[in-house]
Amino acid sequence: MSENLIKPENLVYKKTDVMTDRILHYCPGCAHGTAHRLLAEVIDEMGIQNETIGVAPVGCSVLAYYYFNVDMQEAAHGRAPAVATGIKRVFPEKFVFTYQGDGDLAAIGTAETIHAINRGENILVVFINNGIYGMTGGQMAPTTLQGMKSSTSPFGRDVKTMGSPLKITELIAQLPGAYFVTRQAVHKPANVRKAKKAIKKAMEYQKLNKGTCFVEIVANCPSNWKMTPVQSNQWMEENMFPFYPLGDIKVPEEN
Amino acid sequence: MAKRGDVVIDIEKCKGCEVCISACPQNVLAVASEVNNKGYHYAVKVNEGCTGCANCAIVCPDAVITVYREK
Repeated sequence: MSENLIKPENLVYKKTDVMTDRILHYCPGCAHGTAHRLLAEVIDEMGIQNETIGVAPVGCSVLAYYYFNVDMQEAAHGRAPAVATGIKRVFPEKFVFTYQGDGDLAAIGTAETIHAINRGENILVVFINNGIYGMTGGQMAPTTLQGMKSSTSPFGRDVKTMGSPLKITELIAQLPGAYFVTRQAVHKPANVRKAKKAIKKAMEYQKLNKGTCFVEIVANCPSNWKMTPVQSNQWMEENMFPFYPLGDIKVPEEN
Repeated sequence: MAKRGDVVIDIEKCKGCEVCISACPQNVLAVASEVNNKGYHYAVKVNEGCTGCANCAIVCPDAVITVYREK
């Protein structure tokens, strides 16, 4: 057997200290954990741990404040962008982010989301879109795909009676207050790297004071999709990505 | 020849989701037949093919993998 490689000088990757050591409460394979870690790594790399304030939503990620080693505030369901607006206006030099799911951001919080972004509040909104209400037991969300089964659409979403899935990110990209809007995923190494770059860019744009940055992460929900984590990632690629294509939707004009 | 690497897995935090296993280009990881205190079949290293690319660690939702690579 070769010599031991496990020594500090050989370290290439370890969990960032901006995440606490608590065990995440998320289900096995849930993209929330990866998204949390990317955000924490960006905060770590930018050295802004003491200048960052996060706003946690209601939903699966309601306990996000346990996992980030930064100042956090819990908001009422859907109101995270409104709370973040207040925080950012009181502390304009701080980096403020909200972390919201699709039930929080695209359903009950649509008004707060759209108006905060329309005002061009200088915050980062991280939006986790798994097309379902995870915490409450897999009910249909605004982002649930056509024909997709959920506990409240057991025969699949019928657009005639239930409406079409809401592409909230495209909607937001049209608002003048949105500065940078992108859609990413975190299920494969290459996607994780791209998503991290996008989050970093968005966080850095906050220094410019030019408007809201919005990063959507298309995510899986193995428990409520009733699949294994690996199957759910496969299903996400085949079904979610054609409707929610990855890539930048609005990029700042170079000047 | 590729550089050699090694991984350390925090088995008590691992939830056995297997996302790391499909992300590993060298097929170094597999599911253990034993379970941890929470009852999950955690990920283990099964051969010496690791190159320290850290793909497993960056897709791990629970950040349980620490990666080392020879300099």
